[in-house]
Amino acid sequence: MIAIFFRRILVAIPVLLAVASITFFLIKIAPGGPFDADKAVSPQVLKNLNEAYNLDASNWEQYVDYMSGLLRGDLGPSFRFPGRSVTEMIATGLPVTFELAFYAILIALVMGIFSGVLAALKRNTFLDFIPMAVAMIGICVPTFLMGPLLVLIFGINLEILPVSGWGQLPGDKILPSLTLGFAYAAYIARLSRGGMLEVLNQDFIRTARAKGLTERMVVIKHAMQGGLIPVVSFLGPAIAGLLAGSFVVETIFQIPGLGRFYVEAAFNRDYTMILGTTIFFSAMIVFFNLMSDLAALWLNPRSRDAS
Amino acid sequence: MNNSLWSDALYRLSRNRAAMFGGFILILLIICAALAPWIAPYSYSYQNLSLGASPPSADHLLGTDVLGRDLLSRILYGARISLLVGFVATGVALIIGVSWGIIAGYIGGRVDSIMMRIVDILYGLPFIIFIILLMVIFGRNLWLLFGAIGAVEWLTMARIVRGQVIGLKNQEFVMAAKAMGVSNISMFRRHLLPNILGPIAVYATLTIPQVMLLEGFLSFLGLGIQPPMSSWGTLIKDGVESMEEFSWLLIYPGITFTITLFALNFFGDGLRDALDPKTSDN
Repeated sequence: MIAIFFRRILVAIPVLLAVASITFFLIKIAPGGPFDADKAVSPQVLKNLNEAYNLDASNWEQYVDYMSGLLRGDLGPSFRFPGRSVTEMIATGLPVTFELAFYAILIALVMGIFSGVLAALKRNTFLDFIPMAVAMIGICVPTFLMGPLLVLIFGINLEILPVSGWGQLPGDKILPSLTLGFAYAAYIARLSRGGMLEVLNQDFIRTARAKGLTERMVVIKHAMQGGLIPVVSFLGPAIAGLLAGSFVVETIFQIPGLGRFYVEAAFNRDYTMILGTTIFFSAMIVFFNLMSDLAALWLNPRSRDAS
Repeated sequence: MNNSLWSDALYRLSRNRAAMFGGFILILLIICAALAPWIAPYSYSYQNLSLGASPPSADHLLGTDVLGRDLLSRILYGARISLLVGFVATGVALIIGVSWGIIAGYIGGRVDSIMMRIVDILYGLPFIIFIILLMVIFGRNLWLLFGAIGAVEWLTMARIVRGQVIGLKNQEFVMAAKAMGVSNISMFRRHLLPNILGPIAVYATLTIPQVMLLEGFLSFLGLGIQPPMSSWGTLIKDGVESMEEFSWLLIYPGITFTITLFALNFFGDGLRDALDPKTSDN
């Protein structure tokens, strides 16, 4: 286990450095400087700006500068918001995005596992068909449609929940979390149903039943441990998806999180902000993938012993 | 070659009602998209500003948007872009993924482990962010969008194809062909490719909806298709902006998009079950 962990970390570090370098040079070849859009900047001001942001140095010097800053956790100043550093902006947005993602994944896990396990146990009954039909809807209705529809129904027509914001009005966290969580609930429901069906046919389940365990014990103690491994492996990639979902959800509900900052930075061509967040997101996703792989390994006794 | 596999599969597919329904909807959509300039009641850019946003009526079956443009026509024209993105980007993913997988699987050894290592590493990176990055840096260009999405979606395809090729490599007919001195190119064309066509077809069908979702996602954020062109993603985005007063502008494009994704998923699932009865649920 520990050996695998360190080996993966050793691979991850050069990968992240490569990502950072590639992103850095991609942004350098982007047409236009960061201050081109501002109207009529006098040459002197432009020169001062370039000096202040170290843009007059050679690309190589800037790269070395940036990478050494990166290793110290300094992602440079924002091009669009003078006086604010990228690190600072990530630090403001991150807790909000994390909270949103946490609620979403909680909703997804509770709804998904419950309905998936139930569907597997009551296979080919209505308790199987209905949750799986709902899951199909969850997979086919994209987040950017689900969010507005929920707002239309609960926010505008029924007027029972706020249509936007985060932590300002009571209940304004419900719709964003539901929107983000629903698609994952659907995937998790399908995965846990499939995993459970596979496990429920195995010998050790028959043994557990034969020795007289209650059905509840068989399901919770024996079947779910193996049957939910696909769900655990899915969680790593799901975090990457949640991040993309947070771009949409934070835009729809006007939540001041990292996702919205990123989309705004993309529109404003705030190059340092794009660069910093890209590197940060990559690091985060590599980390969560590692965690979910390790958790899945640990849950599966065969691979636990093999390692 | 293995005609019976395909005719068996076709038979099983024709018995699967959900898949047939999905296929029917798809064909209908493709025809509508292809014939959009002839069957659309108005041009997608024709504005009737005095009309403004009007609810569905006899003149405008699905109503008009805030600029007085006919929504039905815009959905039909949007279908062209959305389906085009779906098919072209999937095609790009297919070409990269299949070649990568065949080469890695067929050569094997060090080449294989390095190539698959690269796939593993790329898998772990947040590709949506790189697409956004490319769109920001190089401008929002339709062909770049195809390429960028395709370049992201090939990874799973490479894995599937590699697995299949490794399975085939050690079979007698491949060894026999090799012993007879068949060149690598004709080995791929005559012996490997036909045998992995099934899984490729299945995965391609299931990639199309993912690609369309990705395009919709980017267009929704304003980073995909740019006006005056419109895809279903941009229509949904426009619909969201005015949904409080004119909810039909969100609802009809949304329904169209969802039905299409349903159809593609049902058809893809049906195709998978038909080609590989073992994995099917029943």
